Amino acid sequence: MRVEQIAVFLENKSGRLAEITAVLADNGINIRALSVADTADFGILRLIVDKVELAKKVLKDNGFTVGKTNVLAVEVPDRTGGLAMVLKTIEKAGINVEYMYAFVNKSGENAVLIFRFEDMDKAIGSLQAAGFTMLTGEQICAL
Amino acid sequence: MTTTYWEEEMETLPRAGLESIQLLRLRRLVARVYAKVEPYRRKMDAAGVKPDDIRTLADLQKLPFTYKNDLRDNYPFGLFTVPLDEVVRVHASSGTTGKSTVVGYTRKDIDTWANLMARAMTCAGAHRGDIVHNAYGYGLFTGGLGAHYGAERLGAAVIPVSGGNTRRQITILQDFGPTVLMSTPSYALNLADTMEAVGVDPATLSLRIGIFGAEPWSKNMREEVEKKLNIKAVDIYGLSEVIGPGVAIECRNSNGGLHISEDHFLPEVIDPDTGRVLPPGELGELVFTTLTKEAIPLIRYRTKDISRLFYDTCSCGRTLVRMEKVTGRTDDMLIIRGVNVFPSQVEHVLVGIKGVEPHYQIVVEREGNLDTMQVLVEVSETVFSDEIRILENLAKKIQVEIKDLLGVTCSVKLVEPRTIQRSEGKAQRVIDKRKL
Repeated sequence: MRVEQIAVFLENKSGRLAEITAVLADNGINIRALSVADTADFGILRLIVDKVELAKKVLKDNGFTVGKTNVLAVEVPDRTGGLAMVLKTIEKAGINVEYMYAFVNKSGENAVLIFRFEDMDKAIGSLQAAGFTMLTGEQICAL
Repeated sequence: MTTTYWEEEMETLPRAGLESIQLLRLRRLVARVYAKVEPYRRKMDAAGVKPDDIRTLADLQKLPFTYKNDLRDNYPFGLFTVPLDEVVRVHASSGTTGKSTVVGYTRKDIDTWANLMARAMTCAGAHRGDIVHNAYGYGLFTGGLGAHYGAERLGAAVIPVSGGNTRRQITILQDFGPTVLMSTPSYALNLADTMEAVGVDPATLSLRIGIFGAEPWSKNMREEVEKKLNIKAVDIYGLSEVIGPGVAIECRNSNGGLHISEDHFLPEVIDPDTGRVLPPGELGELVFTTLTKEAIPLIRYRTKDISRLFYDTCSCGRTLVRMEKVTGRTDDMLIIRGVNVFPSQVEHVLVGIKGVEPHYQIVVEREGNLDTMQVLVEVSETVFSDEIRILENLAKKIQVEIKDLLGVTCSVKLVEPRTIQRSEGKAQRVIDKRKL
């Protein structure tokens, strides 16, 4: 149910993102989704990749601070109101969203929403009860 | 110009007379600390010196040094020679690992200090009738109260402004008409710049003299502050362990030398590595023996300040030895906005925060005329989070704890691992970009 996500600490200086993506490419790691959160001083790169452990290892070997967290991937139809439906369910359950990002899969029919919730278990329960589809890591990579 | 003295006799004593007073006071001091202070007795016994062995001023060299660590090891009151009911004041300055250095004053010590500050201020050209704008911080720091008591003793009117609230300080400078400004030199420049920014012309003020100390300042800074504020700027030296400000002061024509009140503080300059006393004129570490202090006298206290001594008579008429403006330190202590900061204190804060590794660097800069301190901290895997909020809280926590311990506001920047230079396996902890 949960999807493993890699997070990398980034100082705001030029070329860091390029270095990370080059390291991943050199090791045959495919990025399925990513987002960058930043402040004036630093940023956090969040990645969903096909080879989580390998990605973590090669980035660490290259001197990056890497963390691993669980997120939820919710699949919704790619049409108006898709995200709103999910957020309404979450809001009703009184759950905080720490962060989120999204991508549209290749077929173009569905969008995948990546969430980090304050209370992951409660979020899974609420989303399941409301009938949403949650993808596993393998499923995301197979999209 | 005729010189005005506060205590003409003491300030112009021929050396032989001065030395006989120093010797008398030194012998009395050594006998007293040997009898009353266990740590001193132990050190002297270990060195095989008895009070009676001190027969000439040169015998001072037989006595062991006292270090800042001795004050810390006997924290807070262990080196006091008097019972606490004779102590009427305590001050403290920051120590190297979080424990501060505590000093005490008897009523007579406060009186001595006020008198020496009045002597110093007179030497700088201040007198009864002056209005003193005292922007040194009031509190545990000796600057504020030291200047305050001295100015009152002098017969000047003191405005106890303390630090901060620069706009209000400018209003006071305009409305109260102070003639003497006492502050750190960087704060004086900050005042000047703020005046310029708000359109106040320093020429419309009544300021005549600036007495600046508590941090190193260059010749260029002196010229700048003199020009900008239209005053004569004078350097004052002191350290809380010895008494506070007022240990030494520039006279108006010594041009870079500070007269030490030698009748109270016996100076030596030593080679910091060997401890050997250096001949007059040679550069080394300044060491003081307090001759008259009651509550916490110090014998051969290592200041870690680098200077040299000049014994030739000054054109002002004072026979008191002159020390060169302090040009550096023998340790890694930084002075930031008048506050002593040791890199080890920053390290102490960092290792106290769970998961933070002591990989850090301190970057000191001077923006405008104010020192800024930035602490770079490497983000380890244990403290890393994928949430911005958590990392921002971490940076904030470090900042708050450094402020709590050191009293200095810094900015904290989180950096990637191994981005802090390691030279020969040892990190370069401090990058000081100030041009002093």
